[in-house]
Amino acid sequence: MNLDLIWRYAPSLISGFGVTILCWGVGGALGLLLGFAITLLNRLRFLPLNWLLRGFIEVFRGTPFLMQLFLLYAGGPSIGLRLGATTAGILGLCLYSSAYFAEIFRAGFASVPVGQIEAATSVGMAPFDTLIRVTLPGALIAAVPPIVNMLIILSKEMVVLSIITVPELMYQVQTMAAETFTAFDAIFAMAVFYWLLVETVSRLGARLEARVTAYLAHEESAA
Amino acid sequence: MSAPMIELAKVSKSFGAHQVLSGVDLSVGRSEVVCLIGPSGSGKSTLLRCVNFLEPYDSGDVRIEGRLIGYEDAADGARRPMSARKLRDMRREIGMVFQHFNLWPHMTALGNVAEPLRRVRGLSAREAAERATAMLTRVGLAAKAGAYPSRLSGGQQQRVAIARALAMQPRLMLFDEPTSALDPELVGEVLEVMKSLAADGMTMLIVTHEMGFAAHVAGRIAFIDEGRIIDEGPPRHVFHESPEPRVRQFLQTYHDRNAF
Repeated sequence: MNLDLIWRYAPSLISGFGVTILCWGVGGALGLLLGFAITLLNRLRFLPLNWLLRGFIEVFRGTPFLMQLFLLYAGGPSIGLRLGATTAGILGLCLYSSAYFAEIFRAGFASVPVGQIEAATSVGMAPFDTLIRVTLPGALIAAVPPIVNMLIILSKEMVVLSIITVPELMYQVQTMAAETFTAFDAIFAMAVFYWLLVETVSRLGARLEARVTAYLAHEESAA
Repeated sequence: MSAPMIELAKVSKSFGAHQVLSGVDLSVGRSEVVCLIGPSGSGKSTLLRCVNFLEPYDSGDVRIEGRLIGYEDAADGARRPMSARKLRDMRREIGMVFQHFNLWPHMTALGNVAEPLRRVRGLSAREAAERATAMLTRVGLAAKAGAYPSRLSGGQQQRVAIARALAMQPRLMLFDEPTSALDPELVGEVLEVMKSLAADGMTMLIVTHEMGFAAHVAGRIAFIDEGRIIDEGPPRHVFHESPEPRVRQFLQTYHDRNAF
């Protein structure tokens, strides 16, 4: 392994890592918001809207991410949608992940015992207060671990963005490999960056999980 | 004479093809304690849940202090669902205690009692905490104010649930098998709280299998079977003088099971 080589390419690798984090962070956050919105809209039980959202989820879960990116980036201009590679990457990630996040939130809401909601109804609590104070905290307990899991999976899906020329880490690694005729060094550098990212995310996830299940942790520490 | 606290007239309800309630009439006066007893699946809980419209009834009238709950009858006789806001306004005057307590697990005992005061009654955090503390004291749990439900015994959880309903200062209270999910040695503490409520003049409609409690506290007992009240009267009448074979058979089974 040639450390000199990695050192020489460090600026472009770090910039690639930055682009990876940017696309992943922004795309994932927007996907979470969109997924949550889809779940809330579905709870309105307005049938035509339910079918529409169901269709959206089926399409984005049922087709490869790469295909969606191609359609968005290469096919977009034919319907007047001209996006830069990075913008297309972020938007694609948002749409793709929202379908999964919507399902995670739906399962989270379904896990809240109906009795807790009936208790809120019986004291005359308004639907919005019930959602914010009773249903959502319960739903998050079930939803946070799979959300963190999904975010980790997404971070690794980011390599696909290199195919539509987003200058993220994989793109830089491929450039480095092509220019220096070295495969291993570039790949090794990438592995280190990814390991750092995933490790950080799972640690943050564990803290978030501890936070939403504070009342259970309370029990364990008190017992 | 003012309207009874609860008045049910010809209340019917079906789940699909299965008729759960068939024209039930029942009246509960102010400060009266009425216990609903009967075999499981007879419609007791459904009937109770119709009183605060947690379960919508199909036909008949359920009136709280003379006011129809869940529907509005127009002048032309057509019946429309009541607006959600009006329904909430009526429900906040009706306390309900559930078989499985239904506390909010992510809130402390104090939080569970204070939450409706803040969101529904609009009290400040301080006022809500004060009233919640007073209610927890009343059910003997002031020392557990900071505990999460998972740290409390079933009996304690149910007493918190009673405090939560009571804190809203309801006009009447509904109890849906409040001791059925409890270990036998924890039943007494919940019944004690309910007895003290009855002594304070709270109007209570109680679905229960605690025949001893019903005999001592209820002013009246209604026996429900297959969606109908088949006998009704003072405890002495229902427990000892009922002409209904189904009532006698039910009580005999109960006695046999509890004899040792």
